[in-house]
Amino acid sequence: MRSAAALAAILIAIAVQTTLAQYIFRGSSTAIDLVLIVVVYVGIKSGPVTGLLAGTVAGLIQDALGPGILGLYGLAKTLVGFLSGVLGTQFIVSAPLPRFMLLLMATVLHSAIFVGLNQLLNLQQTGASYQTIVGQAFGNAFVGVVAFQMIEWFPGFVDRRRAGRFLKR
Amino acid sequence: MAIADIKQRPGLVLGGAILLHVVLISAQVNTASGLPVLQVVTFGSFSEVQRGTMAVINGVRGLWSGYIALQRVEEENNALKHELQSLQITLQQERAEAQRTDNLRQLLELRERANLDTVAAEVIAGAASPDFKTVTIDKGSSDQLATDMAVISPAGVVGRVILPSRRASKVQLLIDRNGAAGALIERTRVQGVVVGIGDGMLRMQYVPGTADVKTGDLVVTSGIDGIYPKGFVIGTIDHADRGVGAYHEIVIRPAVDFSRLEEVLIVRTPPASRTAAAEEPAK
Repeated sequence: MRSAAALAAILIAIAVQTTLAQYIFRGSSTAIDLVLIVVVYVGIKSGPVTGLLAGTVAGLIQDALGPGILGLYGLAKTLVGFLSGVLGTQFIVSAPLPRFMLLLMATVLHSAIFVGLNQLLNLQQTGASYQTIVGQAFGNAFVGVVAFQMIEWFPGFVDRRRAGRFLKR
Repeated sequence: MAIADIKQRPGLVLGGAILLHVVLISAQVNTASGLPVLQVVTFGSFSEVQRGTMAVINGVRGLWSGYIALQRVEEENNALKHELQSLQITLQQERAEAQRTDNLRQLLELRERANLDTVAAEVIAGAASPDFKTVTIDKGSSDQLATDMAVISPAGVVGRVILPSRRASKVQLLIDRNGAAGALIERTRVQGVVVGIGDGMLRMQYVPGTADVKTGDLVVTSGIDGIYPKGFVIGTIDHADRGVGAYHEIVIRPAVDFSRLEEVLIVRTPPASRTAAAEEPAK
């Protein structure tokens, strides 16, 4: 059930990333990676195995949709999902600050792996500078923390709304 | 159940996922040589497996051929040894035949060159006593052989017939203590008498001390003894000393190797000196 939810979240994130993100973050120099945020979240909530599987699926889909080598995003997101799961099980990352830090590190790690693989294979597919990576890391961290809070706040909000309606009657 | 097991082994799953991605990436990326990385890595890895497999196979094969399969090698070895011995005997026979043919060829050449009435004979026995240097040949009086007929070989003078029987003859070698031949030094034409001294060498006597004698000079028969035809090689001067008397002391190394004597020619034509001496009393 949780895996199915994770898969759905990934698909939604990819759909949003490929359609709405360019409108939402128009004018921004940073490219927010919604799929990465989902993978980190799945890892935190479900553990390393589900995290890495989510990363694998999400990364491969991203690779498949892009023009690059199939597997580069897959490998990067697999490792990020796994490490997120490990950290999520070893440490308490329910507060916004730890999650912010985790998303920050996850983005940097993801970029490092991706850029490293590109350079290792002499692909030169990315011209991402350090500033871009840092900006993306902060952007992902901010959006991710907000998204996490909203996701976790939304069910309680719905419940409270239902409870309020019931009491008014 | 299986999912729960997988979740208990995150490292294993991670390793599998990384491997999957590496393989996936390698399949799409080319090396500097233009070949796909997956192909190069797979080939490289598998070649090591093949190398290892071949090493094991070679080891087993070596063990088999080097130890286990040696049971039949002994039989084969024995058969090969027998074959080798047979071939060695055949080779020796062939060599002997070739040597014999060569000797006969030389003998034939000598016969034609000497222009004498000769008969070829084979040495069939040596001396009965080491004190005497004689051999037995397979021709005798039935081949018109007679006493004092000269015996020669392609290398030079051998000796003379001393006892002919009907089908064999005894030949006194020139190196016998009682052997002698009239001789001359070819270079200076100085004459003397060559006698055997029993140890395989010859001595030339009655050569004046004033004569020019050098080591290495060729000594040939002079023909005055009535036995040996003129001009046949006796040997070469091994060393010459000025003796206490009026003559040289000359030691001659025989031209004939008497230890390897096999075929010889017997000269049935008497030398001119004997013919002349036989005619003189008649007159």
